[in-house]
Amino acid sequence: MTATVDTSATSLLRFATAGSVDDGKSTLVGRLLHDSKSVFADQWEAVEHASRRRGQDAPDLALLTDGLRAEREQGITIDVAYRYFATPRRRFILADTPGHVQYTRNMVTGASTAELTVVLVDARNGMVEQTRRHAAVAALLRVPHVVLAVNKMDLVDYTEAVFASIAEEFTHYATALGVPQITAIPISALAGDNVVTASAHMDWYGGPTVLEHLETVPVGTEQADAPARFPVQYVIRPQTPEHHDYRGYAGQIASGLLRVGQPVTILPSGQMSTITSIDALGEPVDVAWAPQSVTLTLADDLDVSRGDLIAPLTGAPTPTQDITATLCHLHERPLRIGERVLLRHGTRTVKSIVKDLPGRIDVTSFDRGTGLTRVDNPGELAVNDIGFVVLRTAQPLPIDAYTDSRRTGAFILIDPADGQTLTAGMAGEAFPLTTSAPPEADDEGWDF
Amino acid sequence: MSDDNPYALSHLDTLESEGVHIFREVAGEFERPVILFSGGKDSIVMLHLALKAFAPAPVPFGLLHVDTGHNFPEVLAYRDRTVTQHGLQLHVAGVQEYIDDGRLRERPDGTRNPLQTVPLLDAINAGRYDAVFGGGRRDEEKARAKERVFSLRDEFGSWDPRRQRPELWQLYNGRHAPGGHVRVFPLSNWTELDVWQYIAREKIELPEIYYAHEREVFFRDGMWLTAGEWGGPKDGETVESRRVRYRTVGDMSCTGAVDSDATTIEQVIAEIAASRLTERGATRADDKLSEAAMEDRKREGYF
Repeated sequence: MTATVDTSATSLLRFATAGSVDDGKSTLVGRLLHDSKSVFADQWEAVEHASRRRGQDAPDLALLTDGLRAEREQGITIDVAYRYFATPRRRFILADTPGHVQYTRNMVTGASTAELTVVLVDARNGMVEQTRRHAAVAALLRVPHVVLAVNKMDLVDYTEAVFASIAEEFTHYATALGVPQITAIPISALAGDNVVTASAHMDWYGGPTVLEHLETVPVGTEQADAPARFPVQYVIRPQTPEHHDYRGYAGQIASGLLRVGQPVTILPSGQMSTITSIDALGEPVDVAWAPQSVTLTLADDLDVSRGDLIAPLTGAPTPTQDITATLCHLHERPLRIGERVLLRHGTRTVKSIVKDLPGRIDVTSFDRGTGLTRVDNPGELAVNDIGFVVLRTAQPLPIDAYTDSRRTGAFILIDPADGQTLTAGMAGEAFPLTTSAPPEADDEGWDF
Repeated sequence: MSDDNPYALSHLDTLESEGVHIFREVAGEFERPVILFSGGKDSIVMLHLALKAFAPAPVPFGLLHVDTGHNFPEVLAYRDRTVTQHGLQLHVAGVQEYIDDGRLRERPDGTRNPLQTVPLLDAINAGRYDAVFGGGRRDEEKARAKERVFSLRDEFGSWDPRRQRPELWQLYNGRHAPGGHVRVFPLSNWTELDVWQYIAREKIELPEIYYAHEREVFFRDGMWLTAGEWGGPKDGETVESRRVRYRTVGDMSCTGAVDSDATTIEQVIAEIAASRLTERGATRADDKLSEAAMEDRKREGYF
């Protein structure tokens, strides 16, 4: 460990990794942890010990992220694992998601809170079906930054053309799906090229290493310019002599900025008031922003409770009982038309009915001429399916389009009988491209 | 504040905000939550977040402590001071009682950490607690790295890593079957260094054994253990006085001290940042029992 790291005021980046089986994802994650000096001596000794026991000459970096016993026995990753490391510039939270087809739900889980996703591709294989799925999930969940790590460059003699061709194909695909920013990096996780230190074998590449990119990519930008949204979590009423009439609305600002003196509306009721104070966990402030947890007081004595949404008067979402959304179905039991479910949005849970399932998308079917293949009226959505839904809710919900807000445009569906989480929902049409064809790719080649 | 973005929060502010959000979600969704409080630094930070989350009102939950009977007296004194200071309710479940009346048997190695599970589950059932806050962090251990913030337990308190719900966005799903409960981990995303930096920033008081002091210790399994009636030293182990501090605080029988001169929080942080061992690797015998020690105990309902 580095002894002199000043980590008192670093920012935090949440990111996710996704790769197919044998793309070397565990090795990449192990390499990031090891080369950023985030591995403790006892962890490293355990890896050396386990590697020797398995008859390997060198310590296997992949073992650093080895998890549950069933995973060791089967040599696979079952679940999302969270890893933590820091450099002098930044603290990182990594959602390490397994790449098997049947674990799309883990990918969706990891991507839902990530500001960046690393998609791994084996340079020898290029883009495969799983790569398309990873890119589609990143686009669907609106992860702001995507890194394409073309791994195992050592096995293709560090050839620029191999990298350029994969990068071009991926970028075209991901851009068409709506991924706003893509950075392609040629690496060898095993040999350490361009993960933490720049490669000595790829002079033709002038871009950042994976870690340099992770350290410098902007964070928290999507929160700042979005309209303010404040889901009320809890009403604080001390009812003590000292705070007899105090009514504070506690919550985490989901997006945007709130100011003292700002006129607001309380949804879905539509009552109006003005913010009289903002308490930022013990400190009175004039302005607060996402994702701060704060307590607000309002000028008027209103009936505000958990589940309500406080928003500025202008640009507040219109509460609706009819929600059209894109779904990723996560449960083994398929979702069917007519099913009664619970819908959890912000801090509110309402009964709702699946009125229609108008389409399913095959996210691996992208074609330059026709876009993604859409199957109309599939009848049901099975586990890992991505599709469209029309829901009717028992009460109106002030829901934003997911394309405008990842926090207040998202919801989950819950089975009312056993409480299982069934579905990840994103209000509105998440993909820009299921009917119209993309523009023809111009032939400028790949530009680094 | 950092980076070029004026609205980026520091990592400590981000983690604090997330922890407070988790406390408030539980307060809004559950009937009978309780905070597991051992007087260790993680549970102290948890309580600090809870105090902030509901101010100026008091914390709307009580505390539950599973006392192994081998806890450090300094830590128990701290626990009782804290309870009084904040006007909290404390329930203590004692492993000693279970041993005295024969419901549990002392292990040959004298360690009582694995014995905590039964009193813990009994106390959760007796208190009809539906949400139980724990100070577990995902950076501590491989099995913890895969646990959800809201982690479901069945009526036997068991954790099934293969049947965890996906946890999406900040939409925590706490629905559980009657008789089951949810373990909630507000510090899931914190590292050991974050915890110490936060303690420094917030000027949180800790039990004095977290700072360097002279102590009678003996060497066992690569660790300095406190001599005492719990079962050490044995033949061939010799007691000596050393200047040490504790990185984690659990049962005396399995929590090791590290050599240290750090008497202030800044010095502790400097030592931790320079340490080449994880806190559990350095100081916890209970996790050395087997490669999957924590995983096994968690499945059975451990913290």
